[in-house]
Amino acid sequence: MPKLLGLRCRECGTEYELQATHVCEMCFGPLDAVYDYAALKKKVTRQSIESGPKSIWRYRDLLPVDDTTPVVTLGEGFTPLVKADRLGEELGLKNLYVKNDSMNPTNSFKDRVVSVAISWARSQGFETMACASTGNLANAVAAYSARAGLDCYVFIPIDLEPAKVVSIGVFDPNLIAVHGTYDDVNRLCSQLLESTPWAFCNINIRPFYAEGSKTLTFETAEQLGWKLPDEIIIPVASGCQFVRHRQAVRELIDFGLVRGDKPPALTGAQALGCAPVYNAFHSDQPERVMPVKPNTIARSIAIGNPSDGIYVNRIARETGGTVEAVTEDEIVDAMRLLARTEGIFTETAGGVTIGVLSKLAKAGRWRGDEVIVAYVTGHGLKTADVLASRNGHGRRVEIDPTMKSFREMVQI
Amino acid sequence: MAHFRIPGPLRRLSNGEITVEVGARDLGGAIEALDARYPGFKDRLLDDSGELRQFVNVYLNDEDVRLGSGLKAPVSDKDEISIVPAVAGGLFRKI
Repeated sequence: MPKLLGLRCRECGTEYELQATHVCEMCFGPLDAVYDYAALKKKVTRQSIESGPKSIWRYRDLLPVDDTTPVVTLGEGFTPLVKADRLGEELGLKNLYVKNDSMNPTNSFKDRVVSVAISWARSQGFETMACASTGNLANAVAAYSARAGLDCYVFIPIDLEPAKVVSIGVFDPNLIAVHGTYDDVNRLCSQLLESTPWAFCNINIRPFYAEGSKTLTFETAEQLGWKLPDEIIIPVASGCQFVRHRQAVRELIDFGLVRGDKPPALTGAQALGCAPVYNAFHSDQPERVMPVKPNTIARSIAIGNPSDGIYVNRIARETGGTVEAVTEDEIVDAMRLLARTEGIFTETAGGVTIGVLSKLAKAGRWRGDEVIVAYVTGHGLKTADVLASRNGHGRRVEIDPTMKSFREMVQI
Repeated sequence: MAHFRIPGPLRRLSNGEITVEVGARDLGGAIEALDARYPGFKDRLLDDSGELRQFVNVYLNDEDVRLGSGLKAPVSDKDEISIVPAVAGGLFRKI
């Protein structure tokens, strides 16, 4: 019995058969995967999940891949949920957790969505994977395509961080560096997909790809002992994962997997240098997200024309969350703060998340006993150049290999 | 004449034509001209208040018109106007 019934337009409700497409022909609204919830409700339990592998595939029943389909996996997911007591102490938060998703196979959240996307695409007979990417997605698509033995074309903005380009290139994909921003790359790929038989992870097979995001919130709830937190801080680029986290919460509640039925407040985090969703959230027209030209060190989330921006604003409002943004200096300070207090080295996008957490805490958003989870979605080595160029070694000294030199230079 | 590039999902409106030539002074006029030739485009591209719908991106010679003058953007001969569905759209609605 197939668990996926088809695709449905999020706006006008028009239904489609399962296929590699992402926009409604009637209204251009986004298409979402539709599951046979009645059948799944009889099947999905905490026990059925807990008996699965320690990866995203323990939630396979709630992902758009049939039981018999071989999955393309590198062991993604089930990343540490760290109780962040030292960071919490600095911010006045007693129950703060960091979901460290930089511990994925290619060191970012994107392994979740790509494992699902490529598993689905391969099962449908696609032979070539592609994507438009700010770096992390290209990294994951290149690695998982290599793992699956599929051809791969990744499109990136030409000014990507050198570390990201190296860690994409090593998997030997066709690497297309485009003179332009991510939004330019994305537009080019949106036009290209009409003339290629490729599966663009984040475009024509987006309804399937996006579903992988849910596993981050499933895990968070499971690792909290099948409880939902009070608030989750989520970095916002296109807004795609933000929307799926809301869906994951709905499924956790509807399937009786968690105690209680109060959705957590979902709060979005952006860099002020690319904050179209934040701008709209705080304007008198939150439903009109106007594009911007990105200018920020948080390049992995630098999307100036975010496709799901209005949904982020709706969900943040509906759940009692907010959308906040931080400056470039606040991003770097937050990267250092997380590293200094918790031993976790995150990339600039994680600096945005922790920066927003820190800003909201200092502004008195919380009493202090709420359960708050921050999603840290990428590893610091991906954007190490940012710290290196900003005096990244504040307590570094140079000495001769003698006791005298050590005593002169180092105070202990 | 400027010309529109029509995306797959809208080609039923243009009888399968991928490019459509129009004469107009600005983008708003170009959309009017397109709709006069192939009725239905205006409704798909503009919302009730006459603004570009949130989920449709329009590029004038590869520049997102919302970053510039929007519907008032001047259009001249040989300009290319591309209509590209947002990657995952969202209908513009007032709450």
